[in-house]
Amino acid sequence: MKAKLADRIATGAIIAIAGLIMAILAGLIAYLLFRGLSHVSWHFLTSPPQSFKKGGGIGPQLFNSLYLLVLTMMITIPLGIGAGIYMSEYAKANRVTDFIRLVVEVLSSFPSIVIGLFGLLVFVNLFQMKYSLAAGALALTVFNLPLMVRITEQALRGVPREQKEAGLALGLSKWKTIWSVMLPMAFPAIMTGTILASGRVFGEAAALLFTAGMTTPKLDFTNWNPTDPQSPLNPFRPAETLAVHIWKINSEGRAPDAPEIAAGASAVLIIIVLLFNLGARTLGRAIYRKFTATK
Amino acid sequence: MGEKAFFTKDLSVYYGEKQAIKKISMDFPSREVIALIGPSGCGKSTFLRSLNRMNDVIPGARVEGQIWIDGRDINDPATDVVLLRQKIGMVWQKPNPFHKSIYENIAFGPRYHGIRDKKKLDEIVESSLRKTALWDEVKDRLHRSALALSGGQQQRLCIARSVAVQPSILLMDEPASALDPVSTAKVEELIAELKREYCIVIVTHNMYQAARVSDKTAFFLMGDLVEYDTTQKIFTNPSHRSTDDYISGRFG
Repeated sequence: MKAKLADRIATGAIIAIAGLIMAILAGLIAYLLFRGLSHVSWHFLTSPPQSFKKGGGIGPQLFNSLYLLVLTMMITIPLGIGAGIYMSEYAKANRVTDFIRLVVEVLSSFPSIVIGLFGLLVFVNLFQMKYSLAAGALALTVFNLPLMVRITEQALRGVPREQKEAGLALGLSKWKTIWSVMLPMAFPAIMTGTILASGRVFGEAAALLFTAGMTTPKLDFTNWNPTDPQSPLNPFRPAETLAVHIWKINSEGRAPDAPEIAAGASAVLIIIVLLFNLGARTLGRAIYRKFTATK
Repeated sequence: MGEKAFFTKDLSVYYGEKQAIKKISMDFPSREVIALIGPSGCGKSTFLRSLNRMNDVIPGARVEGQIWIDGRDINDPATDVVLLRQKIGMVWQKPNPFHKSIYENIAFGPRYHGIRDKKKLDEIVESSLRKTALWDEVKDRLHRSALALSGGQQQRLCIARSVAVQPSILLMDEPASALDPVSTAKVEELIAELKREYCIVIVTHNMYQAARVSDKTAFFLMGDLVEYDTTQKIFTNPSHRSTDDYISGRFG
């Protein structure tokens, strides 16, 4: 009878905790959307911000956030998956490997402001990249890479040994076995990792303050030449992201409608993260189905 | 005994310091089924896995001695493992089809080994599935996931997958122990059918199965090959006391 009671209490407590978390999350999202959505309009989403007047938008910042995400992931995904494959399949189990793993762990728990300062010293100053999207993308790579490596390594380790052996026994090379047998099976986990890493890019402000910068030049959205300083695609221009913009407006905004802009931008940021998550998951599932022929 | 498919000479396998297989020399005739029996931990699976160098995957495993096939030593560092494994198919205890379609499971190997022609691949898929008596059961859903098949069907698919790259030897590690009796019977029929073309080495815990399907039987104990003879002889008149004890169920 006692065991049964304890079981009931444990079940109840766990449900209560889960409920509490759901409530906090729902409350937070509802609050941000309620405060911000009334300010969101097509004009708000597409026009540039105003320093002193009412009616500024977040168009360039929105674009910057998305573009920075693309740039960061273009560096992070190949490097992270490559290093993850190495750690899981090629690295011998010895002290050097253990040390690399330790470094990766430490790196992933670095405060992002420290990584921002590192980016300022190394990418912005030493490599003379100035405040730029490229410097921001590299700084974000520094703290996203560990996550990507670890997730890829764990995903590959999760593939049953018999699958790998089946590939090898058919006379496939090691690389072919990894590429065509193991990676497709590890794909859902790697996809989840990629989504988590991307979420951190959207939300990051501290690491970007001194790397991607806090300003955006006047952009000409009809100019798609990536070497032109006015072009939105130029990776060597400074770029204030949405998260940085929210921080800046809240701390030093001079526009009379600054609080509304911050609230609107927050709502937009949340919606983008949600949409991105849903989109990436749907795409991931579709790709996985194609790999595995499951319906 | 007919021609040899392959043979081992003084084959030893170590896991770290422990010697799991002790200098085993064995001949494997073509077109016969050779059963490896013995109590758990006697080294029969380790021995089987060393025949296509699958122990390379296990950290700390080390192999000494020779395995000769087609005039070449598998354990010679100069030997291309990838090429060799093509000649030696393998089937595991638990069915392990790739997480791909039925068609892809079979076409994958031959395509990798250079067959690009769609028609040729279709033929290989069909003939491999026919050989494993699976064609009629799956011909309408070749492009569906292999994981939707039953355990027994999956196991036969795995056999078809190995057959598709045209090996001369099939290694089977307790291929029926995870299957129900009906599927087991089908796999055993299949083994009897396949031995017309292949040398089949099968590890089994099931004495009846060994007696039913094999031509020759090898009894392993603590990493040693105790006795290797015709199945008839092993099961009716074994030369060693320990063999007799094991097959009559007095230990193991």
